[in-house]
Amino acid sequence: MTDYLVPVLLFAASALVLRKKENAYDLLLQGGAEALRLLTAIVPALIALLTAVYMLRASGAVTLLSQVLRPVFSFFGIPPETAMLVLVRPISGSAALAVGAELMAEYGVDSAVGRTAAVMLGSTETTFYTISVYFGAAGIKKTRYTLPAALFADFVGFFMASWTVRWLF
Amino acid sequence: MVMSWVWTGMVLLSILCGAILGNGSALAAATVQGAQAGITLAISMAGSLCLWTGVGRLMEQGGLTQALSRLLRPVLYRVFPGTRTDAALARDLSANICANFLGLGNAATPMGIQAAKRMKRGDTATDELCRLIVLNTASIQLIPANVAAVRSALGCATPFDILPAVWITSLCSAALGVTAAWLLGKVWRE
Repeated sequence: MTDYLVPVLLFAASALVLRKKENAYDLLLQGGAEALRLLTAIVPALIALLTAVYMLRASGAVTLLSQVLRPVFSFFGIPPETAMLVLVRPISGSAALAVGAELMAEYGVDSAVGRTAAVMLGSTETTFYTISVYFGAAGIKKTRYTLPAALFADFVGFFMASWTVRWLF
Repeated sequence: MVMSWVWTGMVLLSILCGAILGNGSALAAATVQGAQAGITLAISMAGSLCLWTGVGRLMEQGGLTQALSRLLRPVLYRVFPGTRTDAALARDLSANICANFLGLGNAATPMGIQAAKRMKRGDTATDELCRLIVLNTASIQLIPANVAAVRSALGCATPFDILPAVWITSLCSAALGVTAAWLLGKVWRE
């Protein structure tokens, strides 16, 4: 059943647009072009950050970090291997993508750690970046409790990512 | 500027750790491997990223946005009472949430900022504005295209099997995040 979910979604999306007599194919290409622009914009960051992430891993710093944080992470049922991802996620989107991809490559895309990393990436945002963009653009100086509430939402995300992967796979 | 400090710090930390733990040669090799892995990852995820951004556009134009905002209205009224009297605010807000939902982050931000401008009071964030930011940082997404792209780039046969887990997780984090914001709003006076 789930095998047909994505193919049918592709069909439904383009059929809905066709029914409105709009150029579905053109929209598809426009979206693709936009994604390519976005990708070229983040490639330099991806290269710089993956270099730093690979260096951190090779130096033993990542293992050290997950060992230090192991008690806290284990208490909440979050895999300690994801420590680096959890720390980096709210600060930088491309760094998180680099760390997450590295985790998936090292532990396997279908391993519990790899899946947890994927769910964490998919269900959280670059909190500090989002906050600074919104408050910067809207000209707000007194942010009150926004940061603690947003970071709490991130924590719930990391926590639930670990548990949903445990339940569903 | 923050990222400069983060990056320099990461490199310095890896040198210190490498020296203390004696991983010098692996560290040197990693500088080359990492850069290569960066471009490999970018190229191998380009395909699915392009396709799904395109599909996001299709779903937006196909009327999914309108259907979603109709579904969202009751929730919107509760979380953002201001939308009951301000139609433009309601429109911007639901457009923001729907664009995020369809994975069109670039389209979501301008509308979110417009909503934020209507919600602020002077240079202070109102309770509703705080909730808007929390909702935007919780990322509720139908198809997390970049994650699926990374997974298939790494040879995963079923890159979308994480979707239910992603949906449950982001719904929980958004719901609990907004609840936390609402509770904090009661004690944290302007």
